[in-house]
Amino acid sequence: MEYVLIVISAIFVNNIVLSQFLGICPFLGVSKKISTGIGMTGAVTFVMVIATIVTFFLQKTVLEPFGVGYLQTISFILVIASLVQLVEIILKKVSPPLYQALGVFLPLITTNCAILGVAIMTIQKDFNIVESVVFAIANAIGFGLALITFAGIREQLDLMDIPKGMKGTPIALVVAGLLALAFMGFAGIV
Amino acid sequence: MNQWNNFSKGFFKENAVFTLLLGMCPTLGVTSSAIDGLGMGLATTFVLVMSNLVVALIKNLIPDKVRIPAFIVVIATFVTIVEMTMQAYVPALFDSLGLFIPLIVVNCLVLGRAEAFASKNNIGSSIIDGLGMGLGFAMALTILGSIRELLGSGKLFGSVIFPEDYGMLVFVLAPGAFIALGYLIAFINQVKKEA
Amino acid sequence: MAKTESTLKNMVLTLLVITCVAGASLGGMYELTKEPIAAAKAAKQQAAIKEVVPGFNNNPGDEMYELKSKEGFDLKLFPAKKDGNLIGVAIESMTNTGFGGNIKIMVGLKPDGSIINYQVLEHKETPGLGTKMDVWFKTDKGNQSILGKNPKNNNLTVSKDGGEVDAITAATISSRAFLHAIQVAYETYTTNQGDQPVASNTSSEEGGAE
Repeated sequence: MEYVLIVISAIFVNNIVLSQFLGICPFLGVSKKISTGIGMTGAVTFVMVIATIVTFFLQKTVLEPFGVGYLQTISFILVIASLVQLVEIILKKVSPPLYQALGVFLPLITTNCAILGVAIMTIQKDFNIVESVVFAIANAIGFGLALITFAGIREQLDLMDIPKGMKGTPIALVVAGLLALAFMGFAGIV
Repeated sequence: MNQWNNFSKGFFKENAVFTLLLGMCPTLGVTSSAIDGLGMGLATTFVLVMSNLVVALIKNLIPDKVRIPAFIVVIATFVTIVEMTMQAYVPALFDSLGLFIPLIVVNCLVLGRAEAFASKNNIGSSIIDGLGMGLGFAMALTILGSIRELLGSGKLFGSVIFPEDYGMLVFVLAPGAFIALGYLIAFINQVKKEA
Repeated sequence: MAKTESTLKNMVLTLLVITCVAGASLGGMYELTKEPIAAAKAAKQQAAIKEVVPGFNNNPGDEMYELKSKEGFDLKLFPAKKDGNLIGVAIESMTNTGFGGNIKIMVGLKPDGSIINYQVLEHKETPGLGTKMDVWFKTDKGNQSILGKNPKNNNLTVSKDGGEVDAITAATISSRAFLHAIQVAYETYTTNQGDQPVASNTSSEEGGAE
């Protein structure tokens, strides 16, 4: 039951993009087409889950026992940066098709604040390892849901007759706002 | 490019938020009030100036292939310094900015300037560039924060302009952030075209 | 200055040096800010206690003790004394029934259980609606205020539930949760008064005498 709550809360109620404002850069940047949106979601899910697991153990086995919690930011971002590189190298060797699909998105992920944000939030919320993994997966799904829905709307938007001044980013932001408004309807269900 | 242009480009021509669309997460996340926006902007400015300074200083010592991780370490160090300083001396602001302080690390603006400007220019220009870009970012956040605070709760920097009951609540909430920024960018684009 | 070559040795060495310098400077900074951070936290707690139970002259932080409520929440109780006499207790209480999750409050109770004042410490309620609770229940308008009331004599639930407190407009759930946190504080305090752990301070017996 607890896990169900974590999942619903992370996907709908506290959607990482639309109510926590994390991962806005890829949300606006790679949402022009549904297909790229799906690719990005795959890459984010992959890295987010691995990063959360690694940073979780880093926090519990190194940072906390040695009382160097102030190194959290610096060590987490280093772990994420090297992890992204590692995933890229391994993927290239092990599964070329998957690398083909996700490759171009991987470098962008280091500066995706959703990854670091989720890693830090897991620690702040004092989750155990299973809860952390569930939380990471749920947030990745939430990210994907927002991104792909948004990409779908933007594809339609290209065909619309939009006032000149609003074309491009402004209308995209307003649409994102309406999407966020829709997601607010989920508030209070957990 | 003379130094004045170098400084002022961050405010309008190459404004991080309005033109380059960098650093959108804090832009949307902490601008529910003008003071939070300003605080976040200044914290980012500090990190930007210091990391630009250090990167310009050590750019020749760092082998090309590891420059990105090296820059990230430099940035993360200053972010942590800001984090600890704010926690010690402005705890209220620290509480309201919350998670977004450590997330300055992944603000594309900071890494972007280190990579695109400081690693190619001398120390003086790098500091000025960081200051200009940072204050431009702070300005954008403060404007957006003011608009949202005024429309949403009838206040400006905490002082009451009109009664809160007439405020449009949505502007303080998440959707208002997107919508307000959307119209603000449209407005700026328009002004820029006429200028 | 010549650009350093990207050889493996150079790369490892530079990264190592940079990381060491970064780690060392952060360690130094941590030592420098450790005390101010602790002081700022203590000052915040002290200020909160002062607001909910004014007029004490002991250091409630030193005499703090913890109790478990029947819901399983860990509450912190800060006895506030003036010249050794208990004038009230500041209780850090919470509830998980909020609209957006947990709500943490600090409430000051007189030794007889009546409410002196309160402060909202932490919450995730909707801005502009549930967030109004930080002043709503202090405002002397209609049946909003809970100050001076005693949960023993007054039914401190929202009027919708048959109580005598007006809920915040459009935020009944937040109001209900807030009053629940007050109730948790009151119940935990009064039911445990008899067997309050003897604090290190000798003057703590007054805590039991009602």
